[in-house]
Amino acid sequence: MISILRSIWLTFLHSFHKRETLGYPEKKPYLPPRYRGRIILSRDPDGQERCVACYLCAVACPVDCIALQATSDSNGRRYPGFFRINFSRCIFCGFCEEACPTYAIQLIPDFEMGEYDRKNMVYEKGNLLINGEGKYHGYNFYKVAGVEIGVKKTGKGDNEEPPVDIKNLIH
Amino acid sequence: MKYVFIIAGVLLIPLTIAAGLIWGERRLLALFQDRYGPNRVGPAGLLQVVADVVKIFFKEDWIPPFADKAVFVLAPGILIITILLTFAVIPFTDNFLVLDSNIGILFFLGNSSLGVYSIVLGGWASNNKYSLLGSIRASAQMLTYEVFMGLSLVGVVMMADSFSLREIVEAQRGSWFFIPQFVAFVIFFIAGIAETHRTPFDIPEAEGELVAGYHTEYSGMKFGMFFVGEYLGVTLISSLIVTLFFGGWLGPAFLPPAFWFFFKTAFFIFLFILIRASLPRLRYDQLMEAGWKILLPLVLLNILITGAAIIYTGTL
Repeated sequence: MISILRSIWLTFLHSFHKRETLGYPEKKPYLPPRYRGRIILSRDPDGQERCVACYLCAVACPVDCIALQATSDSNGRRYPGFFRINFSRCIFCGFCEEACPTYAIQLIPDFEMGEYDRKNMVYEKGNLLINGEGKYHGYNFYKVAGVEIGVKKTGKGDNEEPPVDIKNLIH
Repeated sequence: MKYVFIIAGVLLIPLTIAAGLIWGERRLLALFQDRYGPNRVGPAGLLQVVADVVKIFFKEDWIPPFADKAVFVLAPGILIITILLTFAVIPFTDNFLVLDSNIGILFFLGNSSLGVYSIVLGGWASNNKYSLLGSIRASAQMLTYEVFMGLSLVGVVMMADSFSLREIVEAQRGSWFFIPQFVAFVIFFIAGIAETHRTPFDIPEAEGELVAGYHTEYSGMKFGMFFVGEYLGVTLISSLIVTLFFGGWLGPAFLPPAFWFFFKTAFFIFLFILIRASLPRLRYDQLMEAGWKILLPLVLLNILITGAAIIYTGTL
């Protein structure tokens, strides 16, 4: 009997508690920076595409929602000819971001991607590319890579020693 | 002309309150559960009622081919009619009542017994085992609780020396009956919850076991009538508690009597919803045990003590 009255009283006290509901469309929830939402392709500090079209994201993707094709420009710099993500398949697992060797593909805190037409869920490269570096600032893959594609001369990169002169017996 | 006005008022006010409770209960339950409830349609979600009614009218009014059609259609009507008829004897204020019957309490008890037919026939006509189980439970539960619902009012009738609800209120001018008749008040309240089969006693429609009990096969506005009938029942029991134990329209004179009646009724409706928010459903045997082994002896004891006190003080 006492416990019944007590539970009624405790329920009543709940009417003075803070409400758990967040009035969503008017009030947006706080999403942490590492929230796995919409996928973007970022650029390096020089404004060039970071993606080197290595296909690792497409391989890592468990639902096969990423499709791309590699090409290269006259300098030999690899980039994707097309890059397509079908967001009606994407499960936002973030494996593509983990697989990416150049920080090109990133997941950002945005989930409001509803569409009335299913075809609009397919994002092309133009929809995915952003004009910034995303979560990783100051990183340029070709500054640390050994290959020379016009960004820097061989041996001039960060933490890179000049190439060994194989004709020099002293070194 | 004034009489027609009063009848229209007595019909419209409970129906409006019952319709408002569709929204009010959801908002209050949400409040007790730290949510908001329906707050999108109209100001504070008030137009949710309109949206619900529009939706329920557009639903297919389905009568199962295996059902007993005439009885199936009749059943929800009986519930609404018996409850609305009972409102005729409730004195909203001194002069705002349809019928100052000298058997007011008996009229209410008779009508609430007739209300059982609605549920029994609804479950029977559905020709569905879950509906039938629900209505069997409902009939057993309501027969049990009707017994001491009636008996709990005997003390009040003895003290007021009348069956007329208006005279019972008049007899409470000195002090409200819930003080000397506290046991009767608590038992009437419990029986009232069981009568309207609301949550701690909602085993006739126990959705976890019986799909939806007696109204499993109902859809559209016929289901809506059972639904509104439940809220009408809550309003009726609340206004009866106010009339019988809390002095009806009596209250400090700075506000009109009608305000006091509706304020007190609203408080008990609130209590109904609060109890629904906090207590789990009883088991069937617990319900019967509580009824016959605890509440019935208590209410008989209450009659005995009230009678003895009246004879001792010689007020009769």
